[in-house]
Amino acid sequence: MAIIYIDGKPLETQDGQNLLEACIELGLNVPYFCWHPALGSVGACRQCAVKQYRDENDKQGRLVMSCMTLVTDGMRISVDESESKDFRANIIDWMMTNHPHDCPVCDEGGECHLQDMTLMTGHNYRTYRFKKKTYVNQNLGPFINHEMNRCIQCYRCVRYYKDYAGGHDLDAFASHNHVYFGRHEDGVLESEFSGNLVEVCPTGVFTDKTLKEHFTRRWDYTTAPSVCVHCALGCNITPGERYGKLRRIRNRYNRSVNGYFLCDRGRYGYEFVNSDKRPKAPLKRQMIDGKPVHVPMTRDEALSEIGKFFSNGSKAIGIGSPRASLEANFALRALVGAENFYLGLSKADGKLLSAVLEIVLSGPARQPSLGELKDHDAVLILGEDMTNVAPIAALNIRQSVNNQPRANAKAMGIPEWNDLPVRRAMDTDRGPLFIASVAPTRLDDVATQTFHATPDGIASLGFAIANFIDPQSPAANVSGEVRALAQQIATALQSAQKPLVVSGPSCRSEAVIQAAANIAWALCRKAKPAGIYFAAPESNSVGLGLFGGANIENAAEALRKGGADTLVVLENDLYRRVPAALVDELLSLAKHVLVVDHQYSATAQKAEYVLPGATFAEGDGTLVNNIGRAQRMMQVFNPEGEITESWRWLRRLRAASGKGREDEWISFDSFLHALVAEIPAFSHILDAAPTAAFRVGGLKIPRQSHRYSGRTAMKANVAVSETGVTADPDSPMSFSMEGFSMMTPAALMSSFWTPGWNSAQSITRFQEEVNGPLEGGDPGVRLIEPQPDSAVPYFDAVETNESHDAAWTALPLYHIYGSEELSASSPAVAELSPKPYAMLHSDDARARGLLDGDAVTVKIDGQEISTSLKTNDTMARGVVCLPAGLEDAPYIEFPAAAEILRSVTS
Amino acid sequence: MSERPLTEHIPTDGSALSLKDYERVGGYAAVRTALGGLQPADVTQCVKDAGLRGRGGAGFPTGVKWALVPMGPEAAKPKYLVVNADEMEPGTFKDRWLLEGNPHQLIEGIILASFAIQAEISYIFLRGEYTVAQERIEHALHEAYEAGYLGENILGSGFNLGTYLHMSIGRYICGEETALLNALEGKRATPRTKPPFPQISGLWGKPTIVNNVETLCNIPHIINKGADWYKSVSKTPNGGTKLYGVSGKVKKPGLWELPLGATVGELMDLAGGMRDGLALRGIIPGGASTDFLGPEHLELQMDFDTVPKAGSRMGTGTMIILDDKTCPVGMIRNLTQFFSQESCGWCTPCRDGLPWLEKTLAAIDEGSGVPDDINHLKRHVKLLGPGMTFCALAPGAMAPLGSALTRFAEDFERHIREKRCPWKN
Repeated sequence: MAIIYIDGKPLETQDGQNLLEACIELGLNVPYFCWHPALGSVGACRQCAVKQYRDENDKQGRLVMSCMTLVTDGMRISVDESESKDFRANIIDWMMTNHPHDCPVCDEGGECHLQDMTLMTGHNYRTYRFKKKTYVNQNLGPFINHEMNRCIQCYRCVRYYKDYAGGHDLDAFASHNHVYFGRHEDGVLESEFSGNLVEVCPTGVFTDKTLKEHFTRRWDYTTAPSVCVHCALGCNITPGERYGKLRRIRNRYNRSVNGYFLCDRGRYGYEFVNSDKRPKAPLKRQMIDGKPVHVPMTRDEALSEIGKFFSNGSKAIGIGSPRASLEANFALRALVGAENFYLGLSKADGKLLSAVLEIVLSGPARQPSLGELKDHDAVLILGEDMTNVAPIAALNIRQSVNNQPRANAKAMGIPEWNDLPVRRAMDTDRGPLFIASVAPTRLDDVATQTFHATPDGIASLGFAIANFIDPQSPAANVSGEVRALAQQIATALQSAQKPLVVSGPSCRSEAVIQAAANIAWALCRKAKPAGIYFAAPESNSVGLGLFGGANIENAAEALRKGGADTLVVLENDLYRRVPAALVDELLSLAKHVLVVDHQYSATAQKAEYVLPGATFAEGDGTLVNNIGRAQRMMQVFNPEGEITESWRWLRRLRAASGKGREDEWISFDSFLHALVAEIPAFSHILDAAPTAAFRVGGLKIPRQSHRYSGRTAMKANVAVSETGVTADPDSPMSFSMEGFSMMTPAALMSSFWTPGWNSAQSITRFQEEVNGPLEGGDPGVRLIEPQPDSAVPYFDAVETNESHDAAWTALPLYHIYGSEELSASSPAVAELSPKPYAMLHSDDARARGLLDGDAVTVKIDGQEISTSLKTNDTMARGVVCLPAGLEDAPYIEFPAAAEILRSVTS
Repeated sequence: MSERPLTEHIPTDGSALSLKDYERVGGYAAVRTALGGLQPADVTQCVKDAGLRGRGGAGFPTGVKWALVPMGPEAAKPKYLVVNADEMEPGTFKDRWLLEGNPHQLIEGIILASFAIQAEISYIFLRGEYTVAQERIEHALHEAYEAGYLGENILGSGFNLGTYLHMSIGRYICGEETALLNALEGKRATPRTKPPFPQISGLWGKPTIVNNVETLCNIPHIINKGADWYKSVSKTPNGGTKLYGVSGKVKKPGLWELPLGATVGELMDLAGGMRDGLALRGIIPGGASTDFLGPEHLELQMDFDTVPKAGSRMGTGTMIILDDKTCPVGMIRNLTQFFSQESCGWCTPCRDGLPWLEKTLAAIDEGSGVPDDINHLKRHVKLLGPGMTFCALAPGAMAPLGSALTRFAEDFERHIREKRCPWKN
């Protein structure tokens, strides 16, 4: 701790931080631009100048940049002194020489850091009387709008994009006051994290292009804290709604999860919520003109008609979903009975998920949180392309390679926040990162070594590494070359302070997952605090796994046995999970098929009844992320029609069937209590957010800002009287501007605003310390903790079968854009989805007379897939990679034996 | 005639001294002395004792700079010596003479400096337009490698040094030593955060010394003849001779090697005085980024300590003369335009302040100035002063402007009052 004197007042600050951070933590209004909590200080903008005095007798003082000044005990500064104030106002004056005064038509207006800082410095009148300069803007793709004229040259964009996110195609060009930030030519930004430019840019140079289609000012959104549903990481988000449409997604800071950043799938995948194809009322299939057509029915009709199928004595089969909330899955389980509840996973998916859960529930290795990935100093990735499967995890692992080289800077006495010297001291040094995968990954550029092999080859490498660390762990039969690599990796992991092993199900191999466990456990047994981190496929995969239950194939068997008339499919498109023939059979075996979903999926289209479920933005629920962190998402807005949470539909059905009482589980909280009573593994989810009864000063937490406009008029086309506020029985939040928005617990914070701080930069005002947790602690609870004294035995090594028989092994490649069901229907994401392809090693292709771009047919399980050939020089041999989960692509159960034929051109 | 160690052997026909000729006049003797028995610390001490101050403009004591480099087996490796040959200061052309006339003298200085700091690699960062120097340095480097003065195990001493020539693509900011290092690394030529200084974390994060061409050319003579001799050739406590230049409307603009501490008047005499019909109005003593002196300063000694007492700096020691038939506002406008264009664009005051000044000066010069412009200019002189900006470029630009606003106040006011430039029709 250091005591510093600011304008004569003694104040406590932390040792080692810079003066700007100290002032921010003390709640002082010191303006800044180039500093960003995740990017550190560079001293470029000169906006944070303050006066520093030698001692109490020094009346003159000198200007210093607070972001570049180390706090020292007894230091004396002034923020209010006139020369420094004048200088700060001048910085704005200079920036404004070329900044267009286009705030009224700028998307950033109202949440613009430049506006805030302009007001803060008191620069009111423009004194520059000459012509402004203009730039040519670029088309940067479907996500980001570019308006260079607004640029104030703070350099944050390139520092974020290149230095932090590892991008290569955004740079600073030209010099003096012609500095230009953009690409070398128009084109889609390559980084999967480009959307963060929108929040990193302190003004309107980079803005959300999808928002432009339905623009809304910051103060006009209805928002609530929510959780991203587009992968399993559970990044915290703030969705914003107006006029019944979801307008955009912004980052919601959570140090333990996503910190300041989102991936582009998470930020831009939201438009499935606004899809016209969604069911908005209960639907019933009827034959009209000989064709099956879904026709809407009222809620009461639906409940009384469908409710009967669940009355006492009748049996229904329920299929849950890894993309539905815990509550929805539980409600289904309660409706059909635990013995008739099936996880909405294929047998193969279920097996991989169980393998992961078994490891993390019984083993000694701890799963770091997403945010903690940045802290590890040696990382091994076994079989995952993290950028495409768990994007923000990849972004954080990218940061981890800096941890060892940072020691160079520390040895030179350079403070951690002093970004440029730290980066120079690190130079091109990188900490250990080893990636074993089937094909190249987007983290390879920072990897110490990459290793491309079949899943068995990857697993064998893993077993060999574990065996090097602890000879008790089963050895694998590997070549000398692989053995040498295994030894190199084992040494790197063992000599690190905090090694981490990352794996997941993308290789479709239990052995890969088990090899990862052996390595982490071997390190633990050698007293290394090793972390283990598994990617998971979907937003609630782990939550579903914790329910336990059988798979879709088992559900089919149960139906085949007879006795069950009804099949309920919850938020699940079965055609994406098991072969179409099996789904067709399932649907035909049941007399009644009910789908509860927010998407009009292929499965829903074939159902007898469809009940319109709520998306994440329209309902409350709990999701459990890949490491078992339970997080609550709050309803953002009231959807149109009969759309409501699946759990609510299922509760209503339960009541209508006579199984449950009408007043049972009326509130979300009583429902949660029932869930926890039934499944103790979930007991901590009650702590994920305050109950609906929670109040601050007797008031609810408003979803709308105190500046929300137009509420007396926005529905005037329907009725001129102001509509009442819809009650929210499920959460302590109100659908209005009324309520208490200060001192809100972090789990209920969706909008970060304090007077004078309207932009994304306001987040520092809500952190306990710069880059620290939100005041009161980050929301979310961990459901899975390691068993440090666990004596769980090692897994046996696989027998590697490297013989190349005639057949190819088909394996999936996941794509951040296109492989995930919900985001794929958002137009901006769809635009970047890959075209179908089959990828082979160049030598494998050449050996069969095939070339890149050739039209080929891939035969798998009797299906013939016509596609175009891609070749790659480094991927595994004997393997054909196909993009996973693309829209309209047939389901393939990977790994599969495949044949590849040159397509016959007619 | 005083001693002229740096330039006495430079051929007068415009050619370069060959290796053979350089050796004939004692060339590489200092390298033989140093590598043949001196410790690196001895070389540094000798340079310290000689009182050599950096000739690039800032005048930092060279030996002191070298002594900041981490030495010993624990020191980071490799270490670098970088020659700042990016001579782009307006009115400055002194290094060019040394580069074109006697490249081996520089190479010998490089070897000695590298030996002193135990650098394994050195770079000559040369101004892009200096193509004659480029050719001659390339040739000299080739000769030096062939003769065993560069490369592995130099003269059997066990000391290795690789020296490479790197051509700048031509930005004034590359003369700022840390921007130079960024440029050399292939990055944007923006200055770096200091501390840490290059001595600790320089090129590619490794200990690095950046020295000016003229500075390094002094080293062989210091080693050969000793610190006492070096001090004896100077008129000041700081040793050595200095290349002084005069440009502007004088009779014989030129460049001379004189004892450090020659007076402004001596230089004017060598330049033959003002052209007929012109009177001396102002002097920018050391490149564009120094404050104006005036006719009253003819007795002033041009050295690092005396010029500041008159409110300016010696800088590079190459004076630009303003006469009474040239518009001072036009001259300042021209200089400010240069600095504005050469701003790297990193920090706000320099990037956006200088173009504003440039436009304001243009307005005054073209007759559309307003009375408040003078206050505007004066405010900027303060706001772009030392400590306010990331590097010294903008404060350097403010030196001629600030002093002109005082010295030529009436000229500025007259432009605004008469809404025209009185020097133009």
